[in-house]
Amino acid sequence: MRKIVSLVLASFALFSISVNAADSTHTNKLVLVKPDADNAGLKLPAGFGALKVADNLGRTRHLVVSAQGDVYIKVQGRVTGDKGIIKLRDTNGDGKAESISNFGNYGGTGIAIKNGYLYASSDEEVFRYKLDDKGDVIDTKQPEKIITGLKKGNQHETKSIALDNEGNIYVNIGAYSNSCQIEDRSKGSLGRMPCPILDSAGGIWQFKVNVPNQTYAQGVRYATGLRNVVGLDWNSQLNQLFVMQHGRDQLHDLFPDLYDEKASAEKPAETMYAIKKGTNAGWPYIYYDPEMNKKIVAPEYGGDGKKESTDPAFSNPAIAFPAHLAPNGLLFYTGNQFPAKYKNGAFIAFHGSWNRAPLPQAGYFVVFVPFENGKPTGKWEVFADGFSGMEVVTGTRGAAHRPCGLAQGPDGSLYVSDDVKGTIYRIVYNKETK
Amino acid sequence: MKAIKFGVVVLTAFLLINSQNSVAGEQPAQSSLKASIARGKELYLVQCLACHQVDGGGVPHLNAPLDGSANVKGIDKAKLIKIVLNGLKGEEIEGENYSNVMAPHKELTDQQIADILTYVRNAWSNKASQVTVAEVKTVRAKLK
Repeated sequence: MRKIVSLVLASFALFSISVNAADSTHTNKLVLVKPDADNAGLKLPAGFGALKVADNLGRTRHLVVSAQGDVYIKVQGRVTGDKGIIKLRDTNGDGKAESISNFGNYGGTGIAIKNGYLYASSDEEVFRYKLDDKGDVIDTKQPEKIITGLKKGNQHETKSIALDNEGNIYVNIGAYSNSCQIEDRSKGSLGRMPCPILDSAGGIWQFKVNVPNQTYAQGVRYATGLRNVVGLDWNSQLNQLFVMQHGRDQLHDLFPDLYDEKASAEKPAETMYAIKKGTNAGWPYIYYDPEMNKKIVAPEYGGDGKKESTDPAFSNPAIAFPAHLAPNGLLFYTGNQFPAKYKNGAFIAFHGSWNRAPLPQAGYFVVFVPFENGKPTGKWEVFADGFSGMEVVTGTRGAAHRPCGLAQGPDGSLYVSDDVKGTIYRIVYNKETK
Repeated sequence: MKAIKFGVVVLTAFLLINSQNSVAGEQPAQSSLKASIARGKELYLVQCLACHQVDGGGVPHLNAPLDGSANVKGIDKAKLIKIVLNGLKGEEIEGENYSNVMAPHKELTDQQIADILTYVRNAWSNKASQVTVAEVKTVRAKLK
């Protein structure tokens, strides 16, 4: 016990040194904040610390931090009392939110800030709010509705958003199906050919940021064959959209003769794609096998678990991850606070699996993917773990927290949202403890 | 000494007869419930576990929980039977929306459905009455 106490004291001391160091060396008044004594319950690489900015905010999904350091968070589900967007402000510089306000009467997932506007999505529409020069929303009651009438099925209904530097916004429209079977999620049911869902979902649509009430008619199907994307980010260094696809579920349940429970838990990969206009990732016709590193024909479309797809229309992923981890947040790190290796690499928030049962569940962590020459090196690592609060997650309901959204603060801190308890984490790096 | 020995024998015999009596008395209902739960558990692992999970907790906002569910434990067994036969899609359950669809399971026999439902009504923290083959048969006939 005494050991723990002195360790905690020592780490406090180290972090306070850095606060002083930051005071004297930074000219832009950005002061490193003190992590919580237990690093907010997270396991982090040496030199990193974490604190809870706020807690118990509801189903907090994606989030964004303004240039002034205020945190805007999109809340999913049926919201009451204008709690669709929550704004956190740290008024005394301790990193904790002293001021919590809210606006917006719609649930949703997507949120972003670009060129003086805050953008936020419901499951069918995208709105934007003009910001003043302090980063505050000028009129919280009357946003401009820029996109409307997007397809919202019974699954994969969230609309994540990302913006480029040329006045375009990219919206994920998830496929309202697991694998485009005639009877969704029914054993042995074959795939519909061609899959009719792809005309209005299962891809990324591009719209203009400044045109009101755009519908499918004004949008461009920018990428297709993507079952569902929750995490996506515009990489400004490469000037390119990157997305994380949630791979299909239930290979064993639906085709038990072709896949045993272990194969079903390990396949297919969760995949990152570097998107160009017209990219086709191949859903529902194929999936990516993380062990064979091949595109495999889906069993609904004549696959036998091994048959490789040779269709040149389908793109390869930039990098593949273990199955079912549920990538819900993607962020290219451009800050200067973290060590140099993190710059221009990708953080991914994996929400955590449910589709690995009866094997133990996996994910529930934030990983880092180093990039070199604009491509992932392939050597990804777990960056922040311990969200679930348990060594092994057997049932998804048991996880205390599930990481969902990622954002970068103006000082280079990494923010992570949790949509179980509505906890907002802030991860900081302390040069003194390197 | 002999008397004591005799007493032990009598007592043992009495206990034996008594316990046999009680087994004989309760056996049909009790053992049929136990056997149904055991069969139901095996079927649950194959048919239900992927979505409803090993702890019956489901997956928040995706797949409805069975453990602790008023619907699962409730008296309206016909409603439960119908859900297994027809599946479920886009319906609000106990004030919550669940994104995933539940496929219909008409291919299961009346016995299998009775066993699965008897199991989920008596697994984890749940405790409720048995679902019988006759009850499943009645509901299935009405759906035709």
